[in-house]
Amino acid sequence: MTALISLTGVNKYYGDYHALRDINLTINEGEFFSLLGPSGCGKTTLLRTIAGFEGVSEGVVVIGGKDMQGVPANMRPTNMVFQSYAIFPHLTVAENVAFGLRKKKDMDKAAKDLAVDEALTMVGLKGFGDRQAHALSGGQRQRVALARALILKPKVLLLDEPLSALDKKMREQMQVELMRLQRHVGITFILVTHDQEEALVMSDRIAVMFEGEIGQLADPETLYRRPNGRRVAEFIGKMNFLKANVTNVGDTIDVNVDGLGPCTIAAEQAPSGINLGEAAVGIRPETLAILFDGQTTDRETIAGTVDEVVYYGDMTYYDVRIDGVAETLNIAMKNLIGRPVLDVGAQTTVVWDARSLVLLP
Amino acid sequence: MSLRIYAIAYLIFLYAPIVLLPLFAFNDGTIIAFPLSGFTTKWFTALTDTKALHNAVQNSLFIAALTSVLSTILGVCAARAGAMYNFPLKRGIIGLVMLPLVLPEIIVAVSLLVVVVQMLHMSLSNWTVIAAHVLICTPFSIAILNGAFQNLDPSMEEAAMDLGESRWSAFRLVTLPLVMPGIISSLLIAFTISLDEFIIAFFLTGANPTMPVYIWGLLRFPGSLPIVMALGTILVGLSIILLTIAEILRRRGMARAGVKDKGSFL
Repeated sequence: MTALISLTGVNKYYGDYHALRDINLTINEGEFFSLLGPSGCGKTTLLRTIAGFEGVSEGVVVIGGKDMQGVPANMRPTNMVFQSYAIFPHLTVAENVAFGLRKKKDMDKAAKDLAVDEALTMVGLKGFGDRQAHALSGGQRQRVALARALILKPKVLLLDEPLSALDKKMREQMQVELMRLQRHVGITFILVTHDQEEALVMSDRIAVMFEGEIGQLADPETLYRRPNGRRVAEFIGKMNFLKANVTNVGDTIDVNVDGLGPCTIAAEQAPSGINLGEAAVGIRPETLAILFDGQTTDRETIAGTVDEVVYYGDMTYYDVRIDGVAETLNIAMKNLIGRPVLDVGAQTTVVWDARSLVLLP
Repeated sequence: MSLRIYAIAYLIFLYAPIVLLPLFAFNDGTIIAFPLSGFTTKWFTALTDTKALHNAVQNSLFIAALTSVLSTILGVCAARAGAMYNFPLKRGIIGLVMLPLVLPEIIVAVSLLVVVVQMLHMSLSNWTVIAAHVLICTPFSIAILNGAFQNLDPSMEEAAMDLGESRWSAFRLVTLPLVMPGIISSLLIAFTISLDEFIIAFFLTGANPTMPVYIWGLLRFPGSLPIVMALGTILVGLSIILLTIAEILRRRGMARAGVKDKGSFL
């Protein structure tokens, strides 16, 4: 894999406000990369510095081996899909898509028309060329925005929260389409989103940002299973946190977890450089289980009391109270055939496994 | 029911005086009073024979045309800045620019006269009137164009730049067509305001009076009152046509940009 974009020591200030803090990042050719974070974390600012709409206060942005210092947006090998799509309402769909071809003097009219047709077909809008842009639905606008950006065959396609304006069904459908499109055209996509599920579904790698800095950069599975800190763990998915005490650090790590007792975990389940003493462990709700009547297990168990039941149809989420722990444990159970939904106050046995713990500093 | 009576009374109060204009313009008699004494178009013929009036109309058209263009250009700059950028003291600055809208014109006129004659030692001419008219028309242009620019997505220009256009051509290709209806209605309204503005023109006009100043001069001669009525009739007709065009264009622009009409400036 070759690096296409590299940011080195990028800082951005708005007056006293430190919007980007020492960003170091390499994005590869053909990669689906996501910038994920809560609103105001700087992810859009970072995208706009790559696009060339914002300058950097310090640091270097390199795209395709060229330093982008002083290169304006219209000279960069990037194209963007805006959050509002920014479809030009006074033009037809075809004119919108062809907008970027105006500067291509070497293409004649027929070649441009062909390129527009291809681009519209690619996003599933074949035959929509003559429609007025302002008469389109949200999903169609998004497709036009994609076609308009991709027709220029950029090295990088930048997507600023492209799905946030769509309803849930449409969003899920577009997620799949975007992934397919990215595989088809094979160029680098950089997606900005605040939706962790969207990032997990679509990305090859994700940078999670908080307050202008990158909290963790990893592939979706690592990010979910091995968050490197409480911020990331809280932001991505649901996570139970228990206080813990690290008693031995070696090839494996011995931890005494509040409520669960002493256990041994692998070194990869902890951040490097973990010290003896107080720490926390995180446990995902779906790695815990409730032992229903008649079931047996060879894993660790602990007694608990059901405190809250949230029924989702396919899943039931239980909050279970166990002795010696102030906070309840959230447990996700699939509603399989023959499996009852427990009532509040029911006495249960909770099954857990040391392999699913992650130690957090 | 009482609301309907009120509405009708209100409309009569507003428009009855204006209806009198054409009534007496076509009345065969120099005295402006009922009963009417017969139909004539001689006052309109008299209009076409008055050389001084032609000069005044020419002056006014020249002043109004230049004023509308200048105040619209300034209005575009201010409205674009206000809609797309944030800068320190933005509200205060916009407020100051809009202030001439509510300042008494007589105050503006007197202070401009002092500035032009006493401080700048310039002689009064059409140009001093144009400068003053731009001052009072710009807030109107900004108010109209604000509507056009506020409806504009700031990402539009960025999108055009992202697709390879320079800053200026992004403005020309995307922003300008979208705000064009606003620009045209700003041109028309500034033109209308300048055309029939009296107080400032009265103070700042040089040897060549503008049309309203000329009309005021005519009023000293009771015999020429019907001529004024005839001229007034033409002006009212022209104003109605211009403002109607402005409003039609504004609505068409709203429809073209696909935004909901949130009421008009007019």
